[in-house]
Amino acid sequence: MDFLAPSTWAEALAAKAERPDALPVAGGTDVMVEMNFDHRRPGALLDLTRVAPLGEWAFDDGRVRLGAGVTYARVIAELGSTLPGLAMASRTVGSPQIRNRGTVGGNLGAASPAGDSHPALLAADAVVEVESAARGVRHVPVADFYTGVKRNALEQDELISAVLIAPPSGPQQFCKIGTRNAMVIAVSAFGFALHPDRRAVGTGIGSAAPTPRRATDAAAFLAGELEAAGLWESRAALPEGLAAEFGRKVRDAAAPIDDVRGTAAYRLHTLSVMARRAATWAWDEHRRAA
Amino acid sequence: MTSTETRTTGKIGDSPLRPDGTLKVTGEFAYSSDLWHDDMCWGVTLRSPHPHARIHGIDVSAALALPGVHAVLTHADVPGLNRVGLEHLDQPALAEDVVRYQGEPVALVAADHPETARRAAKRIVVDYEELPALTDPRRALDEGVPQVQPGGNLVRELTIRRGDPAPQAPVVVALDFEVGMQDQAFLGPESGLAVPDGEGGLDLYVATQWLHVDQQQVCRVLDLPPDRARLHLAGVGGAFGGREDLSIHVHACLLALHTGKPVKMSYARDESFFGHVHRHPAWLRYEFGASEEGRLAYAKADILFDGGAYASSTTAVVGNGGTLGLGPYNIPSVTVDARGVYTNNPPCGAMRGFGCVQAAFAHEALMDELADRVGVDRVEIRALNGMRDGDLNITGQLIDSAAPVAELIRTVRDLPLPASPEGERDIRDLPGGASNTTHGEGVVRGIGYAVTYKNVGFSEGFDDYSTARVRLELTGGEPVATVHTAAAEVGQGLITVEQQICRTELGVDRVVVHPKNTFVGSGGSTSASRQTYVTGGAVKAACEAVRAAVLRLASARLGVGGLRLDGDKIVSASGEVLASLADVLGAEAVEETVEWHHRPTEEIDPETGQGNAHVQYAFSAHRAVVDVDVELGLVKVVALDTAQDVGKAINPDAVVGQIQGGSAQGMGLALMEEIVVTDGKVRNPSFTDYLIPTILDMPPMQVKVLEYADPHAPYGVRGVGEPPTISSGPAVAAAIRAATGKALRRVPVRPEHITL
Ligand SMILES: Cc1cc2nc3c(=O)[nH]c(=O)nc-3n(C[C@H](O)[C@H](O)[C@H](O)COP(=O)(O)OP(=O)(O)OC[C@H]3O[C@@H](n4cnc5c(N)ncnc54)[C@H](O)[C@@H]3O)c2cc1C
Repeated sequence: MDFLAPSTWAEALAAKAERPDALPVAGGTDVMVEMNFDHRRPGALLDLTRVAPLGEWAFDDGRVRLGAGVTYARVIAELGSTLPGLAMASRTVGSPQIRNRGTVGGNLGAASPAGDSHPALLAADAVVEVESAARGVRHVPVADFYTGVKRNALEQDELISAVLIAPPSGPQQFCKIGTRNAMVIAVSAFGFALHPDRRAVGTGIGSAAPTPRRATDAAAFLAGELEAAGLWESRAALPEGLAAEFGRKVRDAAAPIDDVRGTAAYRLHTLSVMARRAATWAWDEHRRAA
Repeated sequence: MTSTETRTTGKIGDSPLRPDGTLKVTGEFAYSSDLWHDDMCWGVTLRSPHPHARIHGIDVSAALALPGVHAVLTHADVPGLNRVGLEHLDQPALAEDVVRYQGEPVALVAADHPETARRAAKRIVVDYEELPALTDPRRALDEGVPQVQPGGNLVRELTIRRGDPAPQAPVVVALDFEVGMQDQAFLGPESGLAVPDGEGGLDLYVATQWLHVDQQQVCRVLDLPPDRARLHLAGVGGAFGGREDLSIHVHACLLALHTGKPVKMSYARDESFFGHVHRHPAWLRYEFGASEEGRLAYAKADILFDGGAYASSTTAVVGNGGTLGLGPYNIPSVTVDARGVYTNNPPCGAMRGFGCVQAAFAHEALMDELADRVGVDRVEIRALNGMRDGDLNITGQLIDSAAPVAELIRTVRDLPLPASPEGERDIRDLPGGASNTTHGEGVVRGIGYAVTYKNVGFSEGFDDYSTARVRLELTGGEPVATVHTAAAEVGQGLITVEQQICRTELGVDRVVVHPKNTFVGSGGSTSASRQTYVTGGAVKAACEAVRAAVLRLASARLGVGGLRLDGDKIVSASGEVLASLADVLGAEAVEETVEWHHRPTEEIDPETGQGNAHVQYAFSAHRAVVDVDVELGLVKVVALDTAQDVGKAINPDAVVGQIQGGSAQGMGLALMEEIVVTDGKVRNPSFTDYLIPTILDMPPMQVKVLEYADPHAPYGVRGVGEPPTISSGPAVAAAIRAATGKALRRVPVRPEHITL
């Protein structure tokens, strides 16, 4: 197996173009596990850790441009208030060791339905920036990025350069079910964002369908009801019944399976509870912010 | 493989630092997986993918053809008897014509690189014909089911009949309970190194719990006399019963003898789940009859243990589950039927708590049921029915030392409770923790109690002993004791205990613990909470023999009799200091070896189950406080407090450590630890999906240690390691029942059991 260690982004793109069989490695917290289990034996490893810009984030045209190689630990430490949903999700990832190595770009690369950043990115309407030497930069809305179980929209010669996320105009929440209080893969997860500027609602469902996905109807329903009841203006309390109905609609958007981590029925049930609670917390925070 | 030597003043009752402690914390301790030998090969095991299959042939040619491969072995290469087993020789070291569980070893490869060995193993072609598998133990004894072993599917059936055969009582409560398959989940995977001596023999360095029984098993398969297969204890990364059966032992030796090279084997985590036995899953049906006041009149228990494909220690687990399975209570009339059966599931055997763990979930749940039915407090009902010194247990054995059930359960009740939650809480203190699933919504607090007793040492007539060799001599002008036993240190702190006993008995400061190996007699198993008792007893006896010899020497040198040792001084009958230990020893080395046996036990009567089955009993109680998010089924254990009678705390820190660790392991079974087996196949052989509690799951503990000396035991000690694993889980389960109002008749309690 070859080990390719480009030191610039251009070299990295060139290497990926030349060796489509090269497997990118960022934190390695997915890649090394797969190699240890002999689930993958790539022709080459393409180490991205020497490509400095991948590890940087900055404000760019009103959005946060989060380099693909920024670790969860840094998201938590540096972007806790700027990207609250993603930071909440990051806090639930693995252990301190994993958060120190694992990256959001790697989570997107792996595209596991259980990846914790996905529900937060979906709720926040993130955009994935990918690039190839041949065709340059392409922007993929995150909802289009997940194409199947552990599959994503990357072409063979493409790499993820960054994720673009608009700072929120309202509160965000992230909840994750696991059968222990830390270090656990999501049995189900839910990301929620209020977008008061657009009078919209963002959602993301994890571990309850072949890919991470939105609860589009539920989001439209909730935004519409808030509008209809004049709640965006009045900032009155979120009616319990509305929150519960939103929860049920989120549940209906999922298509989970039974597996060793939990039953489909439990996953559905938890989604309705998490969605109800997350919407209520976010709305309450929105009211307090007034 | 080096000697450990520490200098502390710690005698019995102190808590000197353990010599391996700092090394382990700093990552420098050499575990068995760190063993290395220049020129060594790596061995790997090819295992059966099927729970039950006939083998029509094994073609190793493609594996042998791979460059770097030194040997590929099958059962045909076994020189001796191809059978292993702790209690029954029923398991081939390498499968012959049939495999009986997924993961059964079929062939071995040695190669100069582990990756080469793994690739070679994949090239071995085994011609399997899948056979119908018996995977439901409840059907094991039915007509027409697959026969797992030639002698039928029953490993052991135990019956206890005592008192009124048809008892009646005004209050009757009953339940069915089910316990899932727990794993020892030790962090140090099975590993070892076999080094051939060039003369047909070898040395095996291995992480294990009982060197001498391993040696017997290895010698039988290799057809070697004991002096040709010498075993040495390598650094053990946890055991909990999972290292009582063989893992790499025979395999590494076979490969080493065939290649003439040192062979190292070290399982990866997934293989470890197939490389050792697990805790028996159990199905329990219990009934209590009691007076209106809640005093037990009778108890009935029907207990089924799934032993899996090979017997391992199922016989003894059934023995414990049966004889101890009604808990530490006075019960006039008793009917117990306990069975262990063969199935094509993973083999089950020893694990901390050994048969008592499963039973305790049932008898403690039923005790709560009884308390509620008769309107007696759940603590007081245990105090009311609890055993006392002088009672007879259900096998008619006299409890002839402290049995403080009432005191233990009331002690945990009286410990301060955690503060009730008020105001905004840190989500990390709530069920779900950092996963942010509740800010207090749906959270209900519950409290649960449980009490247990457990036998210490080997039972039912087993001649259970340990051997200690103690040598006293001057080194650099200072008296130094060297203690040599074969008793395995698996992390419990035996090395420190051996040093403390030598210091106490011989008045020396410096005690060298000789590396553990088979060059001294058997130390018995590091299991059944027995080493401080039995090897401690042996070291004490050997020290006493050394002391007597030193005093004889002193009498001869000084020409006076009636001497004694006071610290490191030789003192006359009148108390006058006559000489120092160093003066008397001079160039002489005094060495004594003692084989020490605990009180004999008896086999129980095959029909009534009556008899003095056990040597000693240890008692503990737990109180668990949990917060349950009843809507999501997530649990946060807020407090897990305990009281335990340890007889005498030889090393108080180590005692508390055992109690904390044991409690966490019992809690793990109540909440999350389960090997999920479907159709004979393990679905979660990894720490991704076999969950064990983390520091965010384990609450701080209040630990109350009682010391009621057992007059029959050395220093009055009582085994410590297992009781906490038994009473903690049922207390947690009870607390969850209290919070949710659900019956919860299965552990681990999964979130969906609470919500759906
Ligand atoms: C013990 C443990 C616990 C874990 N817990 C969690 C958890 O709680 N939640 C969770 O979501 N995940 C968890 N994971 C999985 C893993 O940590 C995450 O998916 C993490 O985000 C992966 O990031 P990484 O940088 O380590 O990725 P890597 O392993 O380096 O790569 C992951 C994938 O992304 C690809 N890739 C990486 N960077 C790029 C790029 N710039 N362009 C294109 N492709 C790229 C790689 O080729 C690979 O396919 C855990 C893993 C372990 C080992």
